[in-house]
Amino acid sequence: MGEKLKRRTKRESLLLNMGPSHPAMHGTIRIMLELDGERVLNSEVEIGYLHRGFEKTCENKTYLQVLPYTDRLNYVSPLINNTGYVMTVEKMLGLEIPERAQYIRTIMCEISRICDHLTCLAAMAMETGAFTVFLYMIKAREFLWDVVEQTTGARMTTSYIRIGGVKSDFPKNYKELIKKAVDETRKVLKDCHGLLTKNKIFLNRTKGVAVVSKEDAISYGFTGPCLRATGVYYDVRKAHPYLIYDQLDFEIPLGENGDNYDRYYVRMLEMEQSLRIIEQAVEKMPRGAIEVENIGEILEPYQAIKSARNKKPSQKIKLSPNLEGTEKEKYPHILTSDKRYIIPPKEDTYTTITGLISHFKFFMKGHGIHPPKGEAYFSVEGANGELGFYIVSDGTDKPYRLHLRAPCFHIMSALEKMIQGGYVADIIPTFGSINMIGGELDR
Amino acid sequence: MEGKAKEMKQSSAVKLLKEKFPADILEYSTPFGDETLLIRKENIIKILKFLKETPELEYSLLLDITCVDYIGQEPRFELIYHVYSFRLNHRLRIKTKISEKNPFIESSTCLWKNANWLEREVFDMFGIKFKNHPDLRRILMYDEFEGHPLRKDYPLKKRQPRLPGAE
Repeated sequence: MGEKLKRRTKRESLLLNMGPSHPAMHGTIRIMLELDGERVLNSEVEIGYLHRGFEKTCENKTYLQVLPYTDRLNYVSPLINNTGYVMTVEKMLGLEIPERAQYIRTIMCEISRICDHLTCLAAMAMETGAFTVFLYMIKAREFLWDVVEQTTGARMTTSYIRIGGVKSDFPKNYKELIKKAVDETRKVLKDCHGLLTKNKIFLNRTKGVAVVSKEDAISYGFTGPCLRATGVYYDVRKAHPYLIYDQLDFEIPLGENGDNYDRYYVRMLEMEQSLRIIEQAVEKMPRGAIEVENIGEILEPYQAIKSARNKKPSQKIKLSPNLEGTEKEKYPHILTSDKRYIIPPKEDTYTTITGLISHFKFFMKGHGIHPPKGEAYFSVEGANGELGFYIVSDGTDKPYRLHLRAPCFHIMSALEKMIQGGYVADIIPTFGSINMIGGELDR
Repeated sequence: MEGKAKEMKQSSAVKLLKEKFPADILEYSTPFGDETLLIRKENIIKILKFLKETPELEYSLLLDITCVDYIGQEPRFELIYHVYSFRLNHRLRIKTKISEKNPFIESSTCLWKNANWLEREVFDMFGIKFKNHPDLRRILMYDEFEGHPLRKDYPLKKRQPRLPGAE
């Protein structure tokens, strides 16, 4: 603890402890500082306060049970984490998923990316004194989270992207909902551009602060907005296209100097690109199951179970409201047709013996999803950078080893260098600009 | 015919490595389409350096270092490097085996700066010791923690005092 700082560089320097519980630290990390007045001479970053054994836990859970844990990695953009994990497993299984599900995944990922960037920039702006921007951005995030909430049923712990597809289809009014969220976010982005991008106070606080060179950024393993702020063109969505990103028209904004301002500006521009992606995807998305108006006789669940004792009911069965979007007729559009990897529709589970058996076969210990033996690495473009999963399978229903390449782990290892020689007051905005997420960093 | 198709898929980096270091490459495989090379432990840094510094390859981004514990096998540990080349837009997996009795390997901190923390994590979780590492300490667990939690023989529910000395 503070090993490196035991040898001070100057006799009259001051040692100061920042964190792990510091009001301005969003996330629990500890920075030991060696100060000469307001200047940072040296520092030591200590992480691990949120370590909860994610990888060890995953080794002891089945492939389906791992999914909720991935929500809690980067809890601002859980849908991207879900996608990364699920697509790694799908790579091992060789699964093809329906086109509509791919579009839904893309839209949800981009919504998450905007939420993540908004949260990051809101905090960063607040730390440089712009409280209005914080409130505006959090307001925009609410509109986006409305879409997430109505589609997945949760705001943060979504577990929505499933192996083989997605949990449920979009709600009926998704077009209006997404349009409203996109429009509101655009308005907010315009306002925030007006408030910050050319604001002298903000420029003075961020331009030329915590500069990272191109070479350093690559050497430290930077990916995502922090790498692009230094001018390196690398985005997993373009380099190794997944889902439908190669069919969409979007750009990768680049910075020049790799300072706090560029990290802010790249994120601002990226959000606009994400909005473009969402609009295009909504436009191009193939149609799902046609909404059948509930006419005629509809059975309540208890009636269906009762009548199934004699004969499979022929009428439509009403599902509980929290299963909305998972109706049987929607399955072909949102989930793979390979029955081995998906949960059977609830209508079948409760009314037919085959449905019940396949339901149990899916969840029983030792059954479920068995990827073939081998190892796979797959990565998606997370909000902070390349989010990669490395899974080793031994052919059983539990991963033999699961490792997460957390983007901010690499970026955090450069923090000591980034704050060296700067002012104490710049530590917090710098820390904000790299968007450290404790859940992903400490795993 | 099948062999030919496999040969076609090999990336230029793999071909070049096979030419230059035929004795060090123990195995070449492509599980799920990811190109993987198993390298002799002694020359791992030489090969990583070659990959990073050869102008036509430039595997300049170290994506990840991690380890897998194959308990019951000899050698027990497998260290995995993922490197990426901007020039070729290609990802390569380099693996090497480490035995339990001699858990030492040369550090790659001389090549990449993020190797510092990545190797600290592998040391913390698996007890692999990196030679010439500038600052090999635990990173996620606290210094007084006993054992290496991601080893397969570390019990899942074993508890240790959160604060050293406290029960």
